[in-house]
Amino acid sequence: MSYSGSQGPARASTSMRTPLGRVRFLGAAHSGTTDFWRQRLTAVAMTLLMIPGIVVVMMVLGRNQAGAAQVLGSPWVALILILFIVASTWHMKIGMQVVIEDYVHNEKLKLASIMANNFFSFAVALAAIYAIIKLSSGV
Amino acid sequence: MIMSIVHRVTGMALYAGTLLLVWWLVAAASGPTAYARVQAFTGSFIGRLIVLGYTWALMHHLLSGIRHFIWDLGYGFKPNERETLTWAALIGGISLTVLLWIVAYAIGGGR
Repeated sequence: MSYSGSQGPARASTSMRTPLGRVRFLGAAHSGTTDFWRQRLTAVAMTLLMIPGIVVVMMVLGRNQAGAAQVLGSPWVALILILFIVASTWHMKIGMQVVIEDYVHNEKLKLASIMANNFFSFAVALAAIYAIIKLSSGV
Repeated sequence: MIMSIVHRVTGMALYAGTLLLVWWLVAAASGPTAYARVQAFTGSFIGRLIVLGYTWALMHHLLSGIRHFIWDLGYGFKPNERETLTWAALIGGISLTVLLWIVAYAIGGGR
């Protein structure tokens, strides 16, 4: 007896899907590796941005607010910082979620923690980007 | 084994450390008073210690992450290679931190 119709019993025996899943055409969502991939994508991005990022911080050291604002608001510096912030907040959101899923086993607490993690990461990203755009527009 | 958890712990520290980064950027966008407050903090003993710790966490997490990349690509699994990569991340992280702080002080960040 085969659940996969014309494909025959040989194919059916190698399938990992349940008979019900096959009938309903339910399979993998194909998003299982999204976080894994994005974690590495953002990691590579930050590795590339590390030297420009360090140069920016070194340029700002020891300056007063007017001097720091001038450096941080210049286009190339602002772009480097925004790229770094997008990559780092995304990376840290995924990383923290993995840690939460590993250690928090109470379902409600886990959901609350994951939600808080999303809020925190998004707030950090937006606050930093807002500050850089404000510095860039010189207001 | 222990070094694997250090990657996580430095990641958690960097997560919290983004608050300092945001405080710094928002203060720079706010004005001289707010920025002076950040500088007073980062110039204090405890502030400097936190920034030093942040520098090390970042450098260690970077090198430790590159080590994970090498593993992701399928290299470095032999026992001696694993040892080498782990020590490289540990020693490299500390060395880069010291180097960055020497450069920072040399260009006047210590004022």
